[in-house]
Amino acid sequence: MEAYFIAIGIIALIYVILSLGLTLQYGLTGLINFGHVGFFAIGAYTSALLALKGVPLVFSFAAAAALAGLAAWPIGLVSLRLRDDYFAIVTLGFSEVVRIVITSERWLTNGVQGVPGIPRLYDSLGGSVAQLAVLVTVLAVTLVGVWIIRRIAGSPFGRLIEAIRDNEEAVQALGKDPARFKIQVLVVGAALAGIAGAFYAHYITYIVPDQFIPLVTFYVWMAIIMGGVGRVSGAIVGTAILMLFLEGSRFLRDIVPGVSEVDMASVRIGAVGLLLVLFIMYRPQGLMGDYTKR
Amino acid sequence: MSLEIHDISKAFGGFRALDGVRLTIETGSLFGIIGPNGAGKSTLFSVVSGFARADEGQIRLDGQPLDSLSPPARARAGMVRTFQVPREFRHLTVRENLMAAAPKQTGESLLGLFFRPGRVREEEGAIAERVNQTIRFLKLGAVADQPSGKLSGGQKKLLELGRALMVEPRLILLDEPFAGVNPVLIGEIMERIAELNTRGIGFVIIEHDLEALTRLVPELAVMDRGKVLAQGAPQAVLDDPLVREAYLGGVS
Repeated sequence: MEAYFIAIGIIALIYVILSLGLTLQYGLTGLINFGHVGFFAIGAYTSALLALKGVPLVFSFAAAAALAGLAAWPIGLVSLRLRDDYFAIVTLGFSEVVRIVITSERWLTNGVQGVPGIPRLYDSLGGSVAQLAVLVTVLAVTLVGVWIIRRIAGSPFGRLIEAIRDNEEAVQALGKDPARFKIQVLVVGAALAGIAGAFYAHYITYIVPDQFIPLVTFYVWMAIIMGGVGRVSGAIVGTAILMLFLEGSRFLRDIVPGVSEVDMASVRIGAVGLLLVLFIMYRPQGLMGDYTKR
Repeated sequence: MSLEIHDISKAFGGFRALDGVRLTIETGSLFGIIGPNGAGKSTLFSVVSGFARADEGQIRLDGQPLDSLSPPARARAGMVRTFQVPREFRHLTVRENLMAAAPKQTGESLLGLFFRPGRVREEEGAIAERVNQTIRFLKLGAVADQPSGKLSGGQKKLLELGRALMVEPRLILLDEPFAGVNPVLIGEIMERIAELNTRGIGFVIIEHDLEALTRLVPELAVMDRGKVLAQGAPQAVLDDPLVREAYLGGVS
């Protein structure tokens, strides 16, 4: 049971790191990024493949962050001229392109068969001690992420990206170039997603393209909407609610009779969907309140 | 030292919003632009500030051609515009709106933010001081820490003026600063503009409120259907038969 909670904790923290990126991009800047999972995938594959080539994990993690961040750069340049809704579509398309490239470039990624045998963190410690060490490490990285996002949110940079969210043309009229800020926000958020991906790969130890479907992006969106958009506390609380439901609904099987294992997967997604609908109907600002309630 | 608007034309489909507009405006002056709805006044501001591209013509500010510059670059060149419908950063407080407008902030670069925190703090202190002065000057003290989205129309107009001032421009383009503002506040905004002008800041003001405008500016231009009909002292311009025909509907 203890191992189970540690496992949930690790996955939850990985989602928190993803949520922090989206909090910066959407909550503070208003960028509708529907392709978050693409950067997560780039991070996962980068670190996994480098580690299998013998690169020390410290460097493979750094490379995961760097490559995911770098991938956000051209997306930013191309799509910052687009209106919000088009930007959303472009990012969604980007994440699907990433998944398809991973699926088809078999020489690099082993295609649909995926990459097995990815080295674990702290493998030499063995068993539950290693698990605990991983949890502590992810927690430490999450806390650094929280610190970075909070520092940005409370700074002149944060003030300006919130101004961009509220009115981009007015920002231009004051002599500041919104594109410069948006690109930085995209890169930082993507780098965080890349790190989350690396943790995921080395924790699961086996990655396939099907793990990086848009549903992951939308789980992260659900987390920040339920927690409260534009708040770091919202990202954390929202992820907690999401995990509670995703994991909690696992046990529904024992209570609800006559539902097969396969059907249960759909029931879980349905349950989380219903939860989101209820949130939007009765608490649209999220549990912690969003940026409109200051 | 002047803003030169040289033969600017701009069409939206078949509609010629601006049709060979030519104006020379002294940068330190108070200059009014009047005209009926659809005359092209706001379009002229959009073209001058770079938010819309002119089909033809050139714009220079103190001799510097602006035509290839982006809107932010034009603002940095010393010319800031406001909008007809106020565009406050509605979830930020009045104070934060003004702080965000201050130019050249080290804390607006991520590198500066994380590697030069001391300098960022120092600058924030200095900006906060300037913001306090601006808040006092515009008498926004009572609402300084409220979200700007909750302000009245007139207060939003004042906030837009304040944000423009924070940029420290030589010339401010005001788009209907008195629209939807109660008469008491209009008087106050006019006083502020006149006072700022004595400090050397120029204003070009689009306005429907003819009476208010003629009290404020020594010179104005009348536009109609994308053209400048007349330019000069208010009374002379208003007596112009062409202007009476177009703007006052030919009432004699």
